[in-house]
Amino acid sequence: MQRCGYVHLWLLGSVLLICLISGVTRVNGDVALTHQESRLNPSKSNLNQTEHGHGSVITGIPIVTFKWHHVETPYLVALWILVAGLGKLVIEANHHVTSVIPESALLICFGFILGGIIWGADKVQTFKLTPTVFFFYLLPQIILDAGYSMPNKLFFSNMGAILIYAVIGTCWNAASLGLSLWGCHKGGAMGDLDLGLLQYLLFGSLMAAVDPVAVIAVFEQVHVNEVLFIMVFGESLLNDGVTVVLFNVFDAFVSLGGDKIDAVEIIKGIISFFVVAFGGSLVGFVFGLLISLLTRCTKNIQIIEPGFVFVLGYLAYLTAEMLSLSAILSIVFCGMCCQKYINSNMDERSVTTVRYVMKVLANGSETIIFVFLGISAIDKEIWVWNTGFILLTLLFVLVYRFIGVFFLTWILNKFRLVPVELIDQVIMSYGGLRGAVAYGLAVMLDENKIKEKNLMVSTTLIVVYFTVILQGITMKPLVNWLKVKRAAVGELTLIEKVQDKVFDHMLVAIEDISGQIGHNYMRDKWNNFEEKWMTCILMKPSARKNRDYVFKVFHKLNLKDAMRYVTEGERRGSLEFVRNETAFIDFKKKFDDDFSEVMPDIMADTSDDYSDTSDMRRDPVPSVSLEMHEQTMNGMRPLEDVNSHHLLQQHLYKGRKQHRHRYSRSHFDVNKDENEVQEIFQRTMRTRLESFKSGKMGVAPLKHITKHLKKDQQQKMPNGKSLDKSKTYHSGDEDFEFSEGDSASGFEASASSFPMRVTYRAGAGIENPAFMPDLDPMAQVQIPPWLAEAEVDSSMVAPSQRAQLRLPWTPSNLRRLAPLRISAHSTDSFMLADAPAAQQRDNDQLPPPPPPPAPPHGDHM
Amino acid sequence: MGSSNSSVNNIPNAQELMQETGFSAAHILRLHERFEFLDKHKCGQLRPQDFGAVQELALNPIGDSIISAFFSPGQETVDFASFVRILAHFRPTDRNQSRDGAQQEPANSSIRKLKFAFQMYDQDRDGKISRAELLQVLRAMLGIQVTEEQLQSIAERAIQEADLDRDDAISFDEFRKSLEKVDIDHKMSIRFLR
Repeated sequence: MQRCGYVHLWLLGSVLLICLISGVTRVNGDVALTHQESRLNPSKSNLNQTEHGHGSVITGIPIVTFKWHHVETPYLVALWILVAGLGKLVIEANHHVTSVIPESALLICFGFILGGIIWGADKVQTFKLTPTVFFFYLLPQIILDAGYSMPNKLFFSNMGAILIYAVIGTCWNAASLGLSLWGCHKGGAMGDLDLGLLQYLLFGSLMAAVDPVAVIAVFEQVHVNEVLFIMVFGESLLNDGVTVVLFNVFDAFVSLGGDKIDAVEIIKGIISFFVVAFGGSLVGFVFGLLISLLTRCTKNIQIIEPGFVFVLGYLAYLTAEMLSLSAILSIVFCGMCCQKYINSNMDERSVTTVRYVMKVLANGSETIIFVFLGISAIDKEIWVWNTGFILLTLLFVLVYRFIGVFFLTWILNKFRLVPVELIDQVIMSYGGLRGAVAYGLAVMLDENKIKEKNLMVSTTLIVVYFTVILQGITMKPLVNWLKVKRAAVGELTLIEKVQDKVFDHMLVAIEDISGQIGHNYMRDKWNNFEEKWMTCILMKPSARKNRDYVFKVFHKLNLKDAMRYVTEGERRGSLEFVRNETAFIDFKKKFDDDFSEVMPDIMADTSDDYSDTSDMRRDPVPSVSLEMHEQTMNGMRPLEDVNSHHLLQQHLYKGRKQHRHRYSRSHFDVNKDENEVQEIFQRTMRTRLESFKSGKMGVAPLKHITKHLKKDQQQKMPNGKSLDKSKTYHSGDEDFEFSEGDSASGFEASASSFPMRVTYRAGAGIENPAFMPDLDPMAQVQIPPWLAEAEVDSSMVAPSQRAQLRLPWTPSNLRRLAPLRISAHSTDSFMLADAPAAQQRDNDQLPPPPPPPAPPHGDHM
Repeated sequence: MGSSNSSVNNIPNAQELMQETGFSAAHILRLHERFEFLDKHKCGQLRPQDFGAVQELALNPIGDSIISAFFSPGQETVDFASFVRILAHFRPTDRNQSRDGAQQEPANSSIRKLKFAFQMYDQDRDGKISRAELLQVLRAMLGIQVTEEQLQSIAERAIQEADLDRDDAISFDEFRKSLEKVDIDHKMSIRFLR
């Protein structure tokens, strides 16, 4: 039934699209027609004249005019993008289809349908994938994305193999295909064709490229192991560049003519091959460094800093093209070089933006490319059939790919530490899909020089369809059948990452001891060099300090836990426990009872921590001071409530709402009032620090309740959060985190934590010197907190920046936590004071928030 | 090099070592050269100080632990045979080796590799990685950017992840389980040049 529904959906979608397209093309055709007519007979019809503004007689001012030609080109472009996107949407909605047939193949078929419709409407193929569009507007972003998201370590540790496959393998493919076809031609297998050896070699070179677009589209869906993936991926990326170079060299040979080619020219061709390839990579490298340098100083224009990455990446491509170097290699290396530095230089939000926009662009153009590959087929003009030529090409492409891969792997395996297995070799050979690059190059052929251009184009198309559709479909069953080692999917664990690092160091040490200069030795040297020079020049000083890998993983994991914790808390109905230690205790007790079966892992953590903390190794705070602290806190509470309301009324800015929804192009947050922003900042900072301190205070001595997750919340989180604040604060007022809940409750929260501060200063033990810098400036400002001056403020910022944490891949987590936590607090305290109904609701799930704190402790101690 | 080590026959027990570790004669020769280079006093034994001659090791954050892994407990020196046996852990695992149960696991099997890695942490050789031992390694590796407090939480978390029986330490079994998904073979092998 469901299947049926999907089919219906799919049909519906296709029909809609068909209508849309045919409508458009009709309009296009009609309008073109009318346009011509109106040009020819300017006085023929009034309607046409007013429509197109060509008329010599003006009958009056038109209220609305229909100006199709005014917008035609951009309109069609936008429409095509939309159509391709919708096509993908429809295809992706049918999982049971995409699980069998890869998406790329379906998109091509979709292109067939569209092409058929256009053909039916126009009787001529209006839309084609032209080389200019492909190489200038569709390909660069795909390659840039591939380079930017390249796993660098993996790539460079397999660099040798990838280069061998990409360079030697491609040359082998080109040469063998060209020569064999030529041989068959001489043998008379293809009848009468006007092609010489050079033309065959040119054809061979354009067919040699394994296409990254097609390959990635298929391999991403089958999840092969990472070594196999990087081999195929890296090879397909690099050999695109190699193919284009090879193509250009042979193209030059063909233009030169067979009789003028002598040894000198051939040597020049070979030299130019290397110059073009390495020059292109060098250009990319330089641009990568440029981007990194530039992002060092874009702190004040964060809104447009993602733009630099794209513009400079594109410029790298165009510059290489201008210098007739390999543009593809250029943009690959540009992406690979800059990824590390821009990820740590730019703001997290910018990094997210870059990643997403990159994906949008790459995925979009990939879709368009496949659709157009399909559409291009429906054109009577290009189809020239020559059975011998086409079938032999298909056969040779497949066979020589296998031979090339097996031979090269056989050589490589003599040198590789972990040899490439036979099954992997089969998959690699079978994964040699040809794609749009070959087609683009074929279309670029000059008809004057090569008489059989159309035969070449149609053969290329057939090879593309054969490899993408047939090999694409059979790839997955083959991978399953051969039991190819898949990528291990597992949870990220800290110990694994730590161990990874230990392994790295260990291998280097063993190579040192045994006196080998091996792979690990080289990598270590490079790392040291990079550490010393590259990061120094290319990375912001602030970013340089906190990029320890293990620590990042640790932080990421903690954030994940915290998120889960908060989600669970929200499900429970209240997050008050996050702010309020006493409530937390009760919550925890209840939580323990109710949820030990729901969240066994968290509970396991808890029980773990019992033993950890109970032996007081790390928190030597005497329990007496704890009780005093709790009592003080309890006693202060009514007073504090009064205080806070009073202060709130006095110091809250009025009419803040008016500012809030103003629009600004260059900033996210439009609070223009400097003072207000500063005040909010200071208050929030204080809240964070207070809650952090109180977290330490409140948590440490409660041996039985202390919990791993809780510590994350109260120690790590405020730390990270306040730092985050301080950073964005520096860069002006564009931080949209100062949202309603945040600012409104900021002060109130700080007031409510006064008593805790008092207890802290009474001398409870904070044993960790690391947090002292954060605490010291607080002592200075605490009396008039909201009137603090700018220099105090900067002294607050400085220490926190020193320990600032960055977490590139989960940029939104901190922010999601921040408002949640604060708003929970504000609702709680306000509602408890004013609305008994709300309290009632809370009571269903939680005990009254400020219960007498002593009994629960007594229980546990 | 010198005439003394031009042939494997001059190295004591060379044949047995080759048999045991799977190194070829060329490997053994090369390693012996290296051993003699490190052995400044020409006494056929290496002491921990001798490893100091390798300058890169001083920069290696866990260099000390690795050096100490060469010395079995209580011993001050290591002879050539043990030196080679230790290095044999880092040979790539042989794929086509027949596994008869009677024979002892070769040093380059993944379990022996893991055991070696485990002993890197387990400095007191009590069969468990305690929190302090883990901390020591972490401290060496993470360097100055991370505060002591953060180090402690990292260690705590790492132990929690691996610790199945809740004894606040990682036993070898737990260690192996936690690294189940890692391709040990890949991660703990180097190419020995001929």
